Amino acid sequence: MAKKKNTSEPFVEQFAELALARKDHEPAWLLALRQDALDVFQATGLPDRKTEAWKYTNLNKLSKAGFAPAQPLREIDSLPISILPVEGYRIVFLNGYFQPALSLLQSLPEGVIIESLGAAITREPDLLESQMSHRSPSRDMPLSALNSAFSEDGLYLRIAPGIKLEQPIHIVSIGQADEEPIAFHMRSYFEIGAGASVDILESHVGRDGDTYFSNSVSEISIEKDARLGHYRLQDESNRAFNIGLANLDLAQGTFYNGFGLQVGSTLARNEIRARIGGEGIECCINGAYLASGTQHIDNTTFVDHAEAGSTSRQTFKGVLDDQAKGVFQGKVLVEPNAQKTDGHQLSRTLLLSRSAEMDCKPELEIYADDVKCSHGATVGELEEEAIFYLRTRGIDPVDARDMLIEAFIADVTAEISHQTIREAFDRVVHQWLIDGQEVLT
Amino acid sequence: MPLLEIKDLHARVEDKTILEGINLTIEAGEIHAIMGPNGSGKSTLSYVLSGREGYEVTGGEVLYQGVDLLQMAPEIRAREGVFLAFQYPVEIPGVATTTFLKAALNAVRKHRGEAELDAMQFVKLARAKATSLNIGDDMLKRAINTGFSGGEKKRAEVLQMALLEPRLAILDETDSGLDIDALKVVAGGVNALRSADRSMLIITHYQRLLDFIIPDHVHVLAGGRIVKSGGKELALELEEKGYGEFLGEAA
Repeated sequence: MAKKKNTSEPFVEQFAELALARKDHEPAWLLALRQDALDVFQATGLPDRKTEAWKYTNLNKLSKAGFAPAQPLREIDSLPISILPVEGYRIVFLNGYFQPALSLLQSLPEGVIIESLGAAITREPDLLESQMSHRSPSRDMPLSALNSAFSEDGLYLRIAPGIKLEQPIHIVSIGQADEEPIAFHMRSYFEIGAGASVDILESHVGRDGDTYFSNSVSEISIEKDARLGHYRLQDESNRAFNIGLANLDLAQGTFYNGFGLQVGSTLARNEIRARIGGEGIECCINGAYLASGTQHIDNTTFVDHAEAGSTSRQTFKGVLDDQAKGVFQGKVLVEPNAQKTDGHQLSRTLLLSRSAEMDCKPELEIYADDVKCSHGATVGELEEEAIFYLRTRGIDPVDARDMLIEAFIADVTAEISHQTIREAFDRVVHQWLIDGQEVLT
Repeated sequence: MPLLEIKDLHARVEDKTILEGINLTIEAGEIHAIMGPNGSGKSTLSYVLSGREGYEVTGGEVLYQGVDLLQMAPEIRAREGVFLAFQYPVEIPGVATTTFLKAALNAVRKHRGEAELDAMQFVKLARAKATSLNIGDDMLKRAINTGFSGGEKKRAEVLQMALLEPRLAILDETDSGLDIDALKVVAGGVNALRSADRSMLIITHYQRLLDFIIPDHVHVLAGGRIVKSGGKELALELEEKGYGEFLGEAA
């Protein structure tokens, strides 16, 4: 118990300082909500290896880094060149603070709101109070509680019923730690109205060498018959810690096409928790990750089939080189009345080195009797026979290896329904391989 | 100078010695057939010549155009003009045949000091080759050998050979798994690639492939050694008598 108090202590002290300043400009309900969240976090501290959900992802390094809460920086005047070139609307955050000058929100159609969470709270305090209080802080999710206590800003996105946005929305989070290590906790709300359709790209990026901790939480609600394409790129600084949690609430007849590509950070966890709350839902949660050096990449999913007659599909594919470590924890829960559920989950990993490690924990928990559920996990190496075949045609062994890796990953990026974004993600994979070749030579 | 000289070649896989002193000389433009019973070392010979890992040469040498072939990595052998048509071409899901063949051809062209082809030029060339060999170009769009029938796989191997224009083609049991019609198409493709500066080493268990690809020389491999050599009529003789007499000799 004493040890747990230690990990929360610096955050508690920082919170006390921030609370003094917040008193003047934040509504009472928000201050109370933050205090509740802090109390929960203080009781639990950072999760350690005794916490089942964090058994394979050790936050020791994170707790020792000594992060200070991010302060607003002078605005930057250009986007990092690594930002994927995707046409459409754009909203940019720097260390969790909204950057209006770099955002492209001028020509939003009627019925589409994309703004900073701060602006939304000012504009519609009552609505935001009810939304933000909807999920109370829980001891099971200490980092989510930490986010509630500290979050300075985030995204508020609302698509009115029936609107089909042709252009994607690009959410950019840039981390930048000029001197001391900093932490920021973006809190975002996505509301996709009934029958609406939209594609969202999230890019989490930063400069290599910068040490920062991005701890984001997104609450995503998809109303009846709506469609959301949600693609997330985690290409943070090589010294960054990225923890991302998305809580999805899916209503009847919705289609969620989610994809997370992780290539950056020293330690990262992308966690998706989906509640299947109706029939005829198709929930696809896919992802890919490529890691080298001592990177640690975690993908954790929880799909809760609470209602009958829906489908969930999950495929995660990873490539681990050097001493990199991967984690996949995927749980599918089928509640007693969720008959006719069709749930499928697959994790496949390629190890390129003897010292790379993959921890895989697929779980099915089924309380209904008429369901079709499956899961599978494989960890393997590149096929020597395939490499030899390519070499007998004159292809260099490194190129042969890269060709096989690209094919392995392209098999799952193919699930991305937005073509431009799919191609951009494939290029990120290609670039990762080229960067690896440069290290070799 | 002969194109290929195999001198007293010994090789083993793990602890098992398979080749026990192979001697074979192939001149430019010649077609040699190696026939032999199962387990005689036919496929081992093809893998040793193409540089597959796990096949350890324990004695002898192989000179290709006068240079030590065994010192070259598999991709260098390929770029120098050695081509192995696999008995079981490998399925590689997710890699488009076009992507693969363009990379292969450009690696070979670069090695020869020729300009690399762009995607348009490559597709044009690949289609032209496929048409001239009468083997169809639909497989170019598909993943390498993935879901191909036995006949399609062998036709794809012949198309690859046509594109890479090897000086020495090794055909390992190219007839296996083919019905007579598929066999004719594949043999027709191989015959179209015969030329005065291209040699072939055809490895086969059965004589029937040699009805369609007429060899200049036929050798019998048994017990890891060439035990008999002759002209094309030797193949017919083997078809009639079987390998019985050589099995005895080898044991």
